[in-house]
Amino acid sequence: MSLTPLTAGFLPLLDSVLLVVAREKGFAASEGLDLLLMRETSWANIRDRAALGHFDFAQMLAPMPIAATLGLNPLSAPMIAPMTLGLGGNGVTVSADLWARMADAGAPATLEAEPVGAALAKVVRSQERKLRFGVVHQTSPHNYELRYWLSASGIVPDRDVEIVVLPPPYLPDALGAGGIDGYCVGEPWNTVGVKREGGHIATVKAAIWRNSPDKVIGMRAAWAEANSELVAGLIRAVHHAARWCGEPANHAEAAAILSAPQYLDLPVEVISPSLTGRFDVGAGVAVTVPNSFVPYAGAANFPWTSQALWFYSQMVRWGEVEHSADRARAAAATFRPDVYRSALAPLGVPTPVADSKVEGLLAEPTEVAATGGTLVIGPDGFFDGQVFDPAALDAYIAGQRR
Amino acid sequence: MPAADLSILVIDENRIRASIIEEGLREAGHTRVTVVHEINEVARVIEREAPDVVVIDLENPNRDRLEHFFTLSRALKKPIAMFVDRSDSAQIEAAVEAGVSAYVVDGLKKERVKPILDMAVSRFNAFARLTRELEQARSELEDRKVIEQAKAILFRTRGLQEADAYALLRKTAMNQGRRIIEIAQSLVTADSLLGPKE
Repeated sequence: MSLTPLTAGFLPLLDSVLLVVAREKGFAASEGLDLLLMRETSWANIRDRAALGHFDFAQMLAPMPIAATLGLNPLSAPMIAPMTLGLGGNGVTVSADLWARMADAGAPATLEAEPVGAALAKVVRSQERKLRFGVVHQTSPHNYELRYWLSASGIVPDRDVEIVVLPPPYLPDALGAGGIDGYCVGEPWNTVGVKREGGHIATVKAAIWRNSPDKVIGMRAAWAEANSELVAGLIRAVHHAARWCGEPANHAEAAAILSAPQYLDLPVEVISPSLTGRFDVGAGVAVTVPNSFVPYAGAANFPWTSQALWFYSQMVRWGEVEHSADRARAAAATFRPDVYRSALAPLGVPTPVADSKVEGLLAEPTEVAATGGTLVIGPDGFFDGQVFDPAALDAYIAGQRR
Repeated sequence: MPAADLSILVIDENRIRASIIEEGLREAGHTRVTVVHEINEVARVIEREAPDVVVIDLENPNRDRLEHFFTLSRALKKPIAMFVDRSDSAQIEAAVEAGVSAYVVDGLKKERVKPILDMAVSRFNAFARLTRELEQARSELEDRKVIEQAKAILFRTRGLQEADAYALLRKTAMNQGRRIIEIAQSLVTADSLLGPKE
């Protein structure tokens, strides 16, 4: 059987592992797909090449296809995200100097978002110089989650701290050189910051917004429409890869595959912590984060439209788009649980029956209704206890106005 | 306002390529051309020059950072659109093929910007060709050196004259279905491991 080539762009980040494993372990080939993975240097290139059709699909920051659909970017084209590339996977790293001051202010080395944020707020209030944080892209979960964490900790982004954009591999260097005081980035670039630049991981996405998506598979809506069989095959291939990556027995092999020059081009020991959840957070302190990166469990690949809406609410919050009911509808419709569900139907894998959920309702792992049975998902929600109910979007948006 | 009055910013870490672009723009009558090699300077330059057109190489990992500067900049109030005209797909393709990315102040007339982008694309291509040729010339020179070394080894160990040594290399290459340079390289490597110590 001859394989159908599918070209995809990716950035050297942990969650590209799902695409890499889909290719390297033959899951794509089993679906009749020859997955050609092209490493890119910027999210702008990913966006442009995806919009131009150089890529059939790409690993994208979860808010990127939403921004494209809403026309917030140059070269926008309506995009969809039929699958998320796992949950969690990013963190906030600060310089050794800033960490020392935060620790003095009471920050525990536990990665807990609330007490660490409170300590950072004390440092921010007590010093003259404006701290500077790096994120990888304006329209990124990193930007929105860092801002959410800072705001909920009593720090006003842009006024109290400066936020700049740098490519992921440059962030550790900039931290070491003193150009920035901290950054929010996907793994393994937090671990790189610890190992190479003496940084300290302050908190992680898994603590700020529990079990939330970071990257998605994004593609042009028109292409997906015209190639529904290919899209379904791709979803199944990545589903098998995600399941494989979720098995602890496979973590060592996954790290080895990812470390190759054409993928992350980094040593295995830098990649392993983010897969196993056993981190050196700095100065040799070991912390285990069970949900630091969840490739498969708990419907980790299911694109909840409520999560698309939360990203949209943050675009509104930071003045990137003006809220309207039409825009909110378009943003939510960018995530396509229906496409995901129907692709997996032939496998008999249970997928959530609902398209949307209230973020912050599940304090514990909870059984929910799924196709052909039930499924355990969560816990979910934000560290400050705020609940995001997609049905009450207007009130949520009004409530986050400063 | 004549086209030449547009303010153009060229961002390229490759100094040679940047100067080739700059020269092209000046030849075309543009006087307000600023070239930046170091991304850290870009925010300041954008504030100062308020460019109408920004040209940056596509492989520059700082494109995301640059786009963020645009959104922050007071100098560029209007949104920046990529490429001249979204509908002109042939030109967009040509630009991407060449590795050029351009940002244009929204509302600028297509005919004013098109020649700038066309020029950048053709100079990027010319530069790529030049680099390729240089690379080729360099590797040919390297190859020749290795073959000379291999011939010298054959002279020393077997007393073969130059023409015979070359014939032997060529024959071995043909028999093994490999290139002469590969045979020569293996011989030089083997000699360095097994041959007499210097």
